[in-house]
Amino acid sequence: MAWARKLLRVNLTTGTCTTEPLNMDWAKLYLGSRGLAAKYLVEEIDPKVDPLSPENKMIMATGPLTGTAASTAGRYTVTTKGELTGVIACSNSGGFFGNELKNAGLDMIIFEGKSPKPVYLLIQNEQAALIDADEFWGCSVWDTEEGIKAKHQDPFIRVASIGKAGEVGCKFAGIVNDMDRAAGRSGVGAVMGSKNLKAVAIRGTRGVRVNNPAQFIEAVNNGKRVLAENPVTGEGLPTYGTQVLMNVINEIGALPTHNHRDVQFVGASDISGEAMHAVRKDGTKNLVSNAACFGCTIACQRVSKIERSHFTVKDRPQYQIASGGLEYENAWALGADAGINDLEAITFANFICNEQGLDPITLGATIAAAMEMFEEGVITLEDTGGIDLRFGNAEALVQITELTAKGEGFGREIGLGSKRLCEKYGRGELHMGVKGQEFPAYDSRGIQGMGLTYATSNRGACHLRSYTVASEVLGIPEKTDPLVTEGKAGLVKAFQDATAAVDACGLCIFTTFAWTLEDIAPQVDAACEGDWSVDAMLELGERIWNMERQFNLAAGFTGKDDTLPKRILKDAAKTGPAKGRVNELGKMLPEYYELRGWNAEGQPTSETLQRLGLI
Amino acid sequence: MQKSLHIIPEKCTGCTQCEIACSMQHDGIFSPSKSRIRVFKFHDEGRFVPYTCTQCSEAWCQRACPTGAIGINGETGAKVVSDTVCVGCKVCTIACPFGTINYVADSGKVAKCDLCDGDPACVKACPTGAIVFIDAQNTGFERMRSWAAKTDSGTPAKA
Repeated sequence: MAWARKLLRVNLTTGTCTTEPLNMDWAKLYLGSRGLAAKYLVEEIDPKVDPLSPENKMIMATGPLTGTAASTAGRYTVTTKGELTGVIACSNSGGFFGNELKNAGLDMIIFEGKSPKPVYLLIQNEQAALIDADEFWGCSVWDTEEGIKAKHQDPFIRVASIGKAGEVGCKFAGIVNDMDRAAGRSGVGAVMGSKNLKAVAIRGTRGVRVNNPAQFIEAVNNGKRVLAENPVTGEGLPTYGTQVLMNVINEIGALPTHNHRDVQFVGASDISGEAMHAVRKDGTKNLVSNAACFGCTIACQRVSKIERSHFTVKDRPQYQIASGGLEYENAWALGADAGINDLEAITFANFICNEQGLDPITLGATIAAAMEMFEEGVITLEDTGGIDLRFGNAEALVQITELTAKGEGFGREIGLGSKRLCEKYGRGELHMGVKGQEFPAYDSRGIQGMGLTYATSNRGACHLRSYTVASEVLGIPEKTDPLVTEGKAGLVKAFQDATAAVDACGLCIFTTFAWTLEDIAPQVDAACEGDWSVDAMLELGERIWNMERQFNLAAGFTGKDDTLPKRILKDAAKTGPAKGRVNELGKMLPEYYELRGWNAEGQPTSETLQRLGLI
Repeated sequence: MQKSLHIIPEKCTGCTQCEIACSMQHDGIFSPSKSRIRVFKFHDEGRFVPYTCTQCSEAWCQRACPTGAIGINGETGAKVVSDTVCVGCKVCTIACPFGTINYVADSGKVAKCDLCDGDPACVKACPTGAIVFIDAQNTGFERMRSWAAKTDSGTPAKA
């Protein structure tokens, strides 16, 4: 129960689709989604494989709670070896696609090989087939999604697809479902594109059962009540979305700007959640409404409309619509990091990211790195094709975003991501990231725990692997001092393990602003066979974390890669509460390794692996 | 007192908890495709609108049914399909002006909202109060009140 107990294996080389029983021994150890998909990946691919080769596999997976009434239980993950990073990638998306996959009677789809020509996968309950995608190749996500629904005369089909970016090999291409929900990070869309797979379209009507319905509904209702009564999930997120953070993080001096040269941005309030609520010159607002993913009782999603007279849309009516608005990370990357305070321009750039399948975090951070090199004179007007790539230039942001989405002109270089771009121009130290993936929107000089989070994240720099911002800034579950390193090793480990467990359920990590595993374990326990206590969930998280780590070590990464750029470790913050601080990773990392049961080189010891059942 | 489902679209976030709850209530399974209430999304407008049967007093579906499969629940006033009498001819689906009674291929019968015997699951599941269950005679009162508040206030009323 809860699991569909079935997976679909799609061999793109031979064009065959076959179902097989889900390995329930593994399901009991790795639960689902991020955990179970990683187990299949680890078992089935060589960690040293080229991410864009046919030998890499890509797994779309639901969790056991996906498709149930549990709040936020509509998520699915894409697990593969990441093209941007070379480490294990697991990108997570909401919307309604995950529920549809589960309703088709499938826990996951494993894609292997490479199709000789562009195809899309159509699943209608028990029927699955690869269909020629010639008519959609070259199309945006938006046109592909609408086109597939029209072609099959079914508006209820859910689609996850790549845009032009994934086709042209942009290294941070994402996979977008339901028009503006994305498995965005680590280049999972580049892997999908390399397989000539344009889209996955699903119509599922079979339903999802749970082990003990009465007990499950009670646990679900308790959980929904906790979310409703919590000030963050019950009020802050529905009202302002994640953009509630823009002014908060700027005030504590942890809002990176100008490619992390500074930690406070003068234009922060112009691009904040509050600004999205402000009445514009024409009497309208940027924010049209909030919205929810499948089953989500928080509803943090932003729906935005760009002001009609703005230069980005005034001659382009197709963009004068309501669509996915700015999340905090996107507003930071496309705005603050590039020194841009034009809310409408960054909303437009975000629309393009959704329309063409780009990760806006890596895009914005790469543009910021390019802007720094442009101001240094390392990148010239000749390189950019005449685009004046100064910090703060909103027109340049929009031009570069559109070029990157299409893989044209200087956009092709931006599409490399900041690590490869900076190295190409001999300025590798300007890449602000870890393991090839760019930082998200928190400067770890002002939030020490996030430095350790980034350095040790299994998918490269990421806030969604252990969001210690919750504790260090918001006081959830308890307040810790963001400028202190003491205790952060334990905090990061606890957040990493709990997050991996939440991801494996098929739930959204935003629930954990209100929920602890005490709220989640009873829902899993009622839905699934087996004993899913809080302790079991924590052990599950730790098992997943160590398994991902083992994959990365086997891929050739070492403890030396658990580090931060020189700018974060050596150049002190110039303003704000963190003025004079650097990130003191060296004070946290050895303790972290010890708490993890790893040796001084960052390798899990055999005792640790044995304890977790990994050998 | 007869009660009606009253839907306030501007409060809807599109989460579909109502659909999830409806399918569990009637089919014992989480399956939005089986729900008798449906949330329609107008993506380009940022609008979400739940829609279901209004329980007409003189119901087209009931009049059209050749086998008399659609009865009335005396307590709730709901028009209820009898699965043992329904032959799946679909005439009711043509007769209903609102499209809220539909054929279900899995069962070979039609399905529509039955107000869950007076305790609608969708109402309990809705996190924002976009679906409420109130006195059938009062469904317009909130809107009437908002117009009344604008009367003589110097502000022209807006729909």
